[in-house]
Amino acid sequence: MSVQKIDSPDTIIPRKPGVAPGEGPEKGLITLPGESERELEGLGGGSYVTTKLDQVVNWARGNSLWPLPFGTACCAIEFMSMVSSHYDISRFGAEVVRFSPRQADLMIVAGTIVDKIAPVLKKIYDQMPEPKYVIAMGACATSGGFYRAYHVVQGIDEIIPVDMWVPGCPPTPDGLMYAILKLKEKIERGEIRRG
Amino acid sequence: MSTLTKLSAIPYTGPAPTNRQPYVPVDAPIADARGAEIAAKIANPAMTQETGNDMPTFLVERARIADVLRALHDHADLRFTLPLDLFGADYPNRRDGGRFDVVYQLYSLQNNERVRLKVRVAEDESVPTSVHVFQGYDWYEREVWDMYGIKFDGHPNLRRILTHEMFEGHALRKDYDPAQRWLLTEAGVSVIKPKVAPQFDQPEEDSDYERVTLNLGPSHPATHGTLRIVVTLDGEKIIGAESEIGYLHRCFEKMSETHTYQQVIPYTDRLNYCSAVINNVGYCMAVEKMLGIKAPERADHVRLMLSEFYRISDHIVCIGTNLVDMGALTNFWYLFQPREEIIALAESCSGARLLPSYLRIGGLAIDVPSDFLSNSQKIVNMLPRFIDEVEALVMKNRIFRDRVDGVGVLSQADAINYGFTGPCLRATGVPFDVRKTNPYLGYETYDWDVPVAEGGDTYARFLVRFEEMRQSLRILQQAIDRGLPPGPVMVDNPYVALPPKEKVYNEMESLIYHFKLIMHGIQPPVGETYFPVEGGNGEVGFYLVSDGTKHPYRVRARPPCFPIFEAFGKMITGQTIPDAIATLGSLNIIAGELDH
Repeated sequence: MSVQKIDSPDTIIPRKPGVAPGEGPEKGLITLPGESERELEGLGGGSYVTTKLDQVVNWARGNSLWPLPFGTACCAIEFMSMVSSHYDISRFGAEVVRFSPRQADLMIVAGTIVDKIAPVLKKIYDQMPEPKYVIAMGACATSGGFYRAYHVVQGIDEIIPVDMWVPGCPPTPDGLMYAILKLKEKIERGEIRRG
Repeated sequence: MSTLTKLSAIPYTGPAPTNRQPYVPVDAPIADARGAEIAAKIANPAMTQETGNDMPTFLVERARIADVLRALHDHADLRFTLPLDLFGADYPNRRDGGRFDVVYQLYSLQNNERVRLKVRVAEDESVPTSVHVFQGYDWYEREVWDMYGIKFDGHPNLRRILTHEMFEGHALRKDYDPAQRWLLTEAGVSVIKPKVAPQFDQPEEDSDYERVTLNLGPSHPATHGTLRIVVTLDGEKIIGAESEIGYLHRCFEKMSETHTYQQVIPYTDRLNYCSAVINNVGYCMAVEKMLGIKAPERADHVRLMLSEFYRISDHIVCIGTNLVDMGALTNFWYLFQPREEIIALAESCSGARLLPSYLRIGGLAIDVPSDFLSNSQKIVNMLPRFIDEVEALVMKNRIFRDRVDGVGVLSQADAINYGFTGPCLRATGVPFDVRKTNPYLGYETYDWDVPVAEGGDTYARFLVRFEEMRQSLRILQQAIDRGLPPGPVMVDNPYVALPPKEKVYNEMESLIYHFKLIMHGIQPPVGETYFPVEGGNGEVGFYLVSDGTKHPYRVRARPPCFPIFEAFGKMITGQTIPDAIATLGSLNIIAGELDH
C-alpha cells in the first residue's frame, strides 16, 4: 500500500472503530503528539502506529509531571487549592507532589524568594535530575512583585532558568493549571532541551 | 481649604485634615490617669510618664529598663506578665535624647490593660537585655539589632535574625536605601549547632547512640515553606533544637514606609495570607483610629463577617495541613471543599480569591453583591457537617491520639512568658481573646464563647481550633440574622474617601478632592497609635507613627507567630522528630507574618 504523509492535521479524519484503514491518511485510535508527522502503513488491517522515540518519551514526560512545590508564601496556599479537591490537578497527571528534588521533574516556585533562601533554591534545583522544568508562580517569583526591597530577589531567573511564568498575586489555581498544561504542550512539542 | 468646603457640592461639614497637628486619642485622659496610678505603684525614678497617648506610656532610662520590666511583671496589683511586643523606631532628626526609640508593649492578663515603655538610645549606645524577665524577648531583641543596629548588653545570642549573614547595614534605619540588596552565596551560609538542653547535657559516651545534627528545612514538607529547624539527636530523642527564620523576610515595614496609607493595604494582606481580611481590618482600623473616623455600619458588618469566614479558613488550612503531615490526607480533601466556598465568597465581593485587599481606610472598596447574605448562609449551613466529620475521623482515632496526646507541651507560665496569644495560648488554659478584651467591630454585641483547653499539648490546640470554628459560625449566624445595615460602605469624608466617579467628571470640587487625595494621600495627624485585633493565630496589632505626611513614618505589625515559633525549640526538646512535625503543624506558623 502506498504511504502518504500527512501535511496538515486538519485533514485527519477520525477513524471509526472496527473499520480497516482506507486509502487516505487516517487517525488511529491512539492519539500521539506529533501525529501529523507520522506515516501510516496499512499492514494487515491492524491498528498500530509508528512514531519517533523522542515523541513517545516527550508524551510520557508531559503527561506525568511530578511537581516539587518550592512553596514559600501565599502562592503555596493557592498551590494547595490546585492540588486539592475542587480543582484537582490529578486530572492532568501532575498530582504526585514530591518534596524531594531527587524524585521530581517540575519545580513550582510558589512565593517570594528572598536573598536568604536563594542559595537553597539553587541547590535544590541542582539536585533535580534532568530533564527538569521550572514554573515561576506569581508576581514575586517572576519579578519580585511589589516587593522592590532590600531582601527580595527580583525574579528567580536571576538564579535558575524558568520555563513558564504565571502572572497574578497570587495566581488563581486555574492560572497555575493552565501553566502546567502549557508546559505539557511545550514538552510534547519537544521544545525544551537542556542539560 | 475652608473656602473649598463652602463651595463644595459634597455635604461635608467636618474639619479639614489635621495635617501636622498632634494626634490626641479620645481615650487619652483615661490612659493618662491610669498611667499616673501605675507610676505611683512602681515608684521608680527611672520612669517618666508621657501623656496624650492611647495607652499608659512611659519614658524609661536606658540603663534601668530591665528593672522596670521586672517591677511591672512582679507587682501584685499590676502583673504585666504578657510581653506583647518589642520593636525599634528611628528618628534621625531628633535633637535630644538619642536617635532611636526601643518600644516595649506589655499586657496584663489580670487587669486587662496595656502599657508602653520607651527607651531612647543614641547610635553608639546599647540597652541592657531583658531576656531574663521575658524569655520571648530573645528574638525580638535580635530583630531590633538586625533592623536598627541597637546592641543589647548581655543577650545570649545576638546575631542577625531576619536578614542573612552577608547582609551589611541595618535595613530599617531611615538612611538605608530600600532597594539596596546584598547577595548571599553558598559560602556565606552559617552552620548552626544547636545547644544541648541542660537536662540532657551528659557526656556523649554515656549514651548508646552517636549524636547527630539534623536539618529540618528550609525546604521540608512539614515546614510549609520557609522555616528551618536544626536539631541534635541522641538516637531518636531531640536533645537540642534551634530555629532559624527570615527565609521569607520581604521587608513589610520598609515597604510600608515608602508607600501611601492606602497602598499599604495589599502588603498587610500578605502578612498572614491564610486570614488576609483580618490583617486588613487591623491596619485600616488603626489608621481610622488616628484619623478619628469610623467606617459606616454596613462596612463594619461586612468586615466582621469576612473576618470570621477567614478565621475559619485559617483554621481549616492549619488543621488540614497538620493532618497531612501526620499522614491523614482525607481530611485535607474534605476541608478544602468548604474553604473553596469561603474563598469564592470573597471573590464575589472583591474579585480576588485568596488575598482580596477588599478593605479601604474608611470602609470597603465596593459594596457587597446582592447575594452576599444568601451565599453566606449557604456556607454557614454546609460547614458544620464538614467540621463534625473531620472531628469524628480524627479526634477519637487511636492512632491520631497516640501522636498528639502530651506532645509538644508548653506550660501556661511559659506560654505567657513567651508572649503567646491566640489559640496556642488558649490551649494552655488562658481565656485571652482580643475580641473579648478589646472588642472592635461590635463583637461585644454577639453571643459567643472563648474556647479554652487545658494541657497545652497538640491535642489541646486541635480542640481549641475545632471549637473556635463553631464559635465563629455562631457569630456568623447571628450576623446573617441581623442582616446588612443599609447605607454606604465608605465614610462621607472627602479627605479620606474618593468622590464617586460621576461627580469627579461633573463637579469642580469633587475633581479637586479627587486630585488632592490621589496626589497627597491621606494625612493623619502627627502621633502614634496601636490597634489590636484577634487574628487567626493571635493578637495582630498595628503600631503606627505618623509624621503628618502621606507616607506612614513607621508601621509595625505585631506578628503572633513570632513568639510561638520562638518557643518551638523548647516544646520539642526531649521528644522525637515525628512529634516535632505534629507539633509544628498545630502551631500554624505562617512565614509571611513570622518574617514580616
